[in-house]
Amino acid sequence: MHEVSLIQALLDMVNKSAAENGVTKVNLVKLVVGEMHGAVPDALEFAFEVLTEGTVCAGAKLEVEKKLFLFRCDECGREFNPTGLSRRCPGCRTNVTTLVAGRELYVDYYEGD
Amino acid sequence: MKVEIGKNLLCANADQADKNRELFRRRGAAVINIISSPGSGKTALLEKTAQLMGDKFKTGVIVGDLYTDRDARRLNSAGATAVQINTDGLCHLTAAMVFQAFKEIEPENPDLLFIENVGNLVCPAAFDLGENAKVALLSVAEGTDKPAKYPGIFREAAATVISKVDLLPYTDFDLTSCLTELKELNGKMEVFVTSARTGEGLAKWCRWLEEFAAATK
Repeated sequence: MHEVSLIQALLDMVNKSAAENGVTKVNLVKLVVGEMHGAVPDALEFAFEVLTEGTVCAGAKLEVEKKLFLFRCDECGREFNPTGLSRRCPGCRTNVTTLVAGRELYVDYYEGD
Repeated sequence: MKVEIGKNLLCANADQADKNRELFRRRGAAVINIISSPGSGKTALLEKTAQLMGDKFKTGVIVGDLYTDRDARRLNSAGATAVQINTDGLCHLTAAMVFQAFKEIEPENPDLLFIENVGNLVCPAAFDLGENAKVALLSVAEGTDKPAKYPGIFREAAATVISKVDLLPYTDFDLTSCLTELKELNGKMEVFVTSARTGEGLAKWCRWLEEFAAATK
């Protein structure tokens, strides 16, 4: 999707926090991205490499954790990762289900000196 | 040194969306974010909806396009109060744009407000505008596979409107299998089979809107 603007938002947060915490060199940034956002890891890493130039994050590693879709069945309560198009409960076969994970898009933490 | 952040990257938009939702609630407006591909008939559906709902609801439309105010002019002629947002190339509306546009429409006190998003099935699904529900639109000319190719929006939508069904005899669109796939994706979603040109299915759509508006207040 909008990998460059997402990474810019990430850097705004990390750079601000680094300044507040007296961190002068960031070594690692951990990003969590839900399956819903369809953000492409290569594009995120490319944007990170370009946009970190000249900031405290220059040379840092970007670690992207993908969170898979997780649904909960409204009828029987079973939680499941859907396969293919269907969001039907694999247990009771109802199609009335609720998304509980896969919508994430946040900076988890960063490490620095 | 490890520093935890745990903050959403789209938090600026999400915060503004929450403010919009509160503003809409205070002003008594039920708000629907309409999302579809370009050319699937969003404006035509809303023109007909404004005409049919005219005596029951004051219909407002915030309409997003990359360029031109053609849609807003069509909607105003149909009796809605419409405000155009030009995104100058941006592929989705943001909560801040909607907030600005709502200032123009607010004096008219719309009780049913549609946000006609930029024609695009991907990006608009990720940007909360403060709406009460999303509605997806899909025209039969686009092909049966649309929900399978873009499941995100059909999964999020409270309702899907299948449009241009008057063209069914001239296309290979398989209505039965499309309806089946939509139900596989999202069993909570309402589906309306419509034609803005012939009026087919619009009475049922308008009844759903009335119930939706009543339940939102």
